[in-house]
This record gives sequence, C-alpha cells and structure tokens, in this order.
Amino acid sequence: MALLLDIVSWITLMIGSFFCITAGVGLLRMPDVYTRAHAGGMIDSMGAGMIFFGLLLQAPDYLIAIKLVFTFFFLLVTSLASIHALAQTVNVAGVNPKLANIVNRLEKNRQKESPPSN
Amino acid sequence: MMYAVTTVAILICIGMAMARAFLGPSIYDRILAINSAGTCIVLFLSVLGFLMGRPDFLDIALTYALINFTGTIAILKFFKYGSLGVSDPAAPPKTKVE
Amino acid sequence: MINMVLLMLLLASVYAIIRLDRLLTAVLLTSLFSVLVASIFMVLDAVDVAFTEAAVGAGVSTIFFLAALAIVGRQCKPTPRRKIIAPLIVVSATGCVLLYASLDMPRFGEPLAPVHQHVAPRYLNDSAAEVGPPNIVTSVLASYRGYDTFGEVGVVFTAFIGVLMLLGAGTRRTSIEPPTPTGAPKESMRKKVVLKEVADLVIAPVLIFALYVQWHGDFGPGGGFQAGVIFASGIFLYALIYGIEPAQRLLPPRRLAYFPAIGLLLYAAVGIISMLRGGNFLNYSVLVNDPLHGQHYGILAIELGVGITVAAVMINIFFSFSERSL
Repeated sequence: MALLLDIVSWITLMIGSFFCITAGVGLLRMPDVYTRAHAGGMIDSMGAGMIFFGLLLQAPDYLIAIKLVFTFFFLLVTSLASIHALAQTVNVAGVNPKLANIVNRLEKNRQKESPPSN
Repeated sequence: MMYAVTTVAILICIGMAMARAFLGPSIYDRILAINSAGTCIVLFLSVLGFLMGRPDFLDIALTYALINFTGTIAILKFFKYGSLGVSDPAAPPKTKVE
Repeated sequence: MINMVLLMLLLASVYAIIRLDRLLTAVLLTSLFSVLVASIFMVLDAVDVAFTEAAVGAGVSTIFFLAALAIVGRQCKPTPRRKIIAPLIVVSATGCVLLYASLDMPRFGEPLAPVHQHVAPRYLNDSAAEVGPPNIVTSVLASYRGYDTFGEVGVVFTAFIGVLMLLGAGTRRTSIEPPTPTGAPKESMRKKVVLKEVADLVIAPVLIFALYVQWHGDFGPGGGFQAGVIFASGIFLYALIYGIEPAQRLLPPRRLAYFPAIGLLLYAAVGIISMLRGGNFLNYSVLVNDPLHGQHYGILAIELGVGITVAAVMINIFFSFSERSL
C-alpha cells in the first residue's frame, strides 16, 4: 500500500514538475501577455493540482491533509481570478492580442484561396 | 528524493518567471510573472515542508496563497484607478449623498 | 544548495529593483524580494520569522507602498550623475565596514557561537517546564522576552501615532470627487463579478485563518503579529474590492482609532495584574495558582493584545493613506 502510494506520488509529482517547467518556458517564450497568461494559469491549475495531489498522498496526518486541500483550493481560486482580472484589465487598456491578427490573416488567406461557392 | 526533484523543477520555474518579471516589456507582463512566481513559491514552500520533514510549514504557504491575492488586486486597482480607495460603482450605495 | 539558488534569485531581484526607474515595477519586485527572503528564512528553519516576512513584507508592505505611490506619483526623477558620488562613497564605506565586521562573526551555524551559548540552551531545555507552549519561539517571545515584545508593540503604536499626525486619519471627510474610472462604468460593473465572487469566497477564510494563527501560536508557527497582519489584509481585500467607504462603514475609523491603545493597554494590564498578585511585571506564573496555567493564560492574553494592536494599526494606516489619495 505504501509502495503504491509512493509510486502514485512519484508520477503525480513528476507530472506537476513537468507542467511547472512547461509553464515557465511558456512565460518566457510566448509572444504577448495573453498567451503568457495562459502559461501562467497552467502553473496554478495543472502544476499545483498535480503537486498538491502528490503531497496529499504522503500527508502524515489529517490536519496537514486538510491544510493541503485548503491551500490548493485558495491558490486555484485566487490566482486564477487574479490572472483573469489581469487579462481583463489588459483588454480594457486596449492591448490587442498579437495572435488575433495572425488568425485574421489566415482566415483572409483561406477565403482568398477558396471563395465560398454560394 | 521525489521532493528534491520537484523542488528543483519548481526553482527552475521560479527562475523563469522572475526572468520574465525583469524583462517584461509591459507592466502587465511583470504583474503576471510575479503572480506566477508567487504561485511557484507557494508550491516551493509546501514541497520544502515535506522535503525537510516538517509539514507545519504549510501555514506559510497558505498565508502567502491568501495574501498574494490581496497584493495582486491592490496592484491592479492601483494601476486602473491610480489610488486604492476608490469606491466601485457596483458597491452598495453611499449613505450620504451630496 | 537551495540556499544558494534562492540567494542568487534574491541578488537578481535586488539588481532589477535598483536598475528600474519605474516605481510601480520596483514595488512589485519588492514584494517578490520579500517572499524570497521568507523562503530563505524557511530553509533556515526560522518558521516564525518566515511567517512574519511572508505576511508583512509580501502583503501589507506592498499595499502600503502602493498607497504611498498613489500620493507621490509613479515615476522617480533620474538623479544627475554628479549627485551620486557622495552617497556612493558613504554607502561603499559603510559596506566595507560591515564586511570587515562580518569577518569577526562566527561561522554560519557554528555551535560555539556566543548566541548559542548564552541563554539559548536554557530556552531550549527548560522552556517546556517553565513556560509550557510546545513552540519555543512563542515562549521566548511572549514570556522570557515579554518586555521586548511590549516594547515592539509600543513601537507599532508609536508608528501609528506618527502616521496619524502626518496624514490626519479619520478626521477629514473626503470632499473631492473620486476620479472617474477609465473604463465605462457598465463594463466595470460587469467585469468585477468574478473578483467579487472570489473575494466573498476568500475574505471569511482569511479572517478565520487569522484567528487560527492567533490562537494556535502556542503550538505552531504564528502569534499576534502574524495574525494581526493577516486579519488586516482580509479587511484590505474587502476595501479594495468594495471601495473604502463600505469598509469604513464596517469599521468606523473614529472607533477603530481606539483599538491600538486597547491592545497595548491589554498587554500592560496583564503586567499590572501580575504585579498586583505579587510577582514582577509580566511574570505570568502568579496569575493563577498553577504557574504553568498562569503562563498559558498570560501568553494568550498578551498575544491577543499584540494582535489587536497590529491589526488596528494596519487598518488605520491603510484608511488614512487611502483617504488621503482620493
């Protein structure tokens, strides 16, 4: 049983670490603030979720398990809410997503290539 | 062992988020990066408690998870209104109307 | 190893703070700096200090910096190059002196260092029998070093008086119209829904967690200072989301101004009562018949006093800053 818990902890902690590093790379390499917000949100959702789940399986007693659950819950709620507020502030401030132009251009190109038949 | 590996991963993530906070062309990038770095530090503190065999440390992680939110909201509000005390239009109506 | 990495990150953040001329960014990075310091304290096993640093440095001081920036403006003026020289010399000289002094310090973690020789063994060995709480930091802070903590609370109270005299809290009603928000009001209302819901979800747990930290300080990390700051930051959250006026209706500044004094007086009253019962000032052992119970009650009472003072001072300062900047 303990071995099984250890194995599951290993797996979830590694998945969480992977997501954290991926999100870090995303924060560095993504082109604009919206896409970076996506990367930042990944730390809160997948990274924190997996790591806290892995820790929860190793919790020695109930108080610690409860604290872990609370920490995860508040982290998830508050951090994602502040990223949401940030993205909305950016939007109101009039910053356009860089990728939106690319999508528009792609659609225009596609329409040029194959005009709708009807 | 698993805690050590996770700690290293989280530290790398903190480093990358801080690099974004230093580079960030706009102030929004910096706010986002510092929010993410804060989340990473909460994770780091939690894992560190297990790594050092003293899970009491979770209190600090919980505190910071709660307080980081207040800080980010304050920064956003300051950025939007230029002051912290502005009442929101959606707030309950004032008692004294001038 | 972890220490080294954290110290590197710390140095990087300090360098960035110095290099940036935008004050808002510097404030942001300062909060990051504080939480890195808290992590280092935690790696060094100083849990209570890390707790205080995480709560004060990362939360409350960021908000106070922002409140001050709202008054003074966001950009700092570039300093002309020739004005740098004299301060640079002073700072370098001080740095050299400090480095020279650090050569005399015992090695980090040296068991023979004076700090580990003098009273620390007594605290570590006898505090369970003499004072009682399992968290030795609490028993040192509240019982062995009760005078020092009393002084600290006095300092917090004095700071409150100073801010009150500088900014004139609670007396001036704002007559100036608040600046109109940049976004359209309708949009602003719609946009705040998520934040409001989340804040409603979070504020009550923050306050309850503050009470937990307050009363659980004997057994785990925490105590009056941390609890007061966490409580205050819960109130800040309410004021930030709903505006300062609903928060002031909740806690009228005129009445709130009494609370720092109440906390300090509660602390002093415990000392006076122990004198009346025939002990020294702040000797809790004489409070009730059993000395250990007396210590326990005394520590709870003074931690409550500390918590009340700290929370009330923080909220008062926040209110006076925000009123001023309206």
